[in-house]
Amino acid sequence: MNRTTLELRGDREIVIERTFEGPPQIVFDAWTRPELVARWWAPASRGVSIVGCDADVRVGGRYRYHLRHARGDVAFSGEYLEVEPPSRLVYTQVLEPTASGPDPGAAAITITVTFAERDGRTHLVSHTHCPTPQVRDSIIASGMESGMRETMDLLESLVESQVSAR
Amino acid sequence: MLETLAALAEPTRFRIVEMLRAGPASVNDIGGRLRLNQPQVSKHLRVLKESGLVEVEARAQQRLYELRAEPLRRLHDWLERYRDLWDARFDELDGLIEELKAPAHRGRGKKPRTRR
Repeated sequence: MNRTTLELRGDREIVIERTFEGPPQIVFDAWTRPELVARWWAPASRGVSIVGCDADVRVGGRYRYHLRHARGDVAFSGEYLEVEPPSRLVYTQVLEPTASGPDPGAAAITITVTFAERDGRTHLVSHTHCPTPQVRDSIIASGMESGMRETMDLLESLVESQVSAR
Repeated sequence: MLETLAALAEPTRFRIVEMLRAGPASVNDIGGRLRLNQPQVSKHLRVLKESGLVEVEARAQQRLYELRAEPLRRLHDWLERYRDLWDARFDELDGLIEELKAPAHRGRGKKPRTRR
């Protein structure tokens, strides 16, 4: 089974690695084409859905992913700095301030993604570089937060189903 | 959590923590193994102690520094949550890749739902 590995390097980097059962061109497309990103970036199992997904995948082009969950909306956006299909992609990312969403970290992070072919499979490495250690830690904490939200949402729906069953 | 990360981010302190995984050690043991002088070791141990990563135990004539599991376990759990998010994303991506590999589905991506 393919496991996702996560590693912290120094005090402001996050490195995520995973192997996919398909060639780099397909993985690169799935990573960048907005109609495909919308299918996986907000996993349904996390109680999150994508309500808007736009991407102009070229150097200087911008993207924006708009997510919705029970407690409000969040949007991630950024600019493509390097676009070399199907092997390399560099882009910035900020969590946009929204009225209903959680308080964002305003500073942009830079993400470098490489797609390396290995016997017809793709070894993907996503390297996130944060401007400060605090930004990195808040990114990791937000993953934790959404996990807690998921648990809370599950609890709420359980409670609701109990109530409506009466 | 931030204290644990900050303490571990310094390379020498990380090496001290790695070394202490083998068991408790004195300032002299640590200095000898990592080729550091006593004041350097003491300085780093003080930070590690303040962050809760190590504790001191007096044994016979010497003071031994020992790793505490709790902050490391909390750090591990904290990271696992974030890794789980990416695991969940990548599980969805696996399914999508299988679909894209099938020639019949090439170029027939489902449109995202857009509501405003």
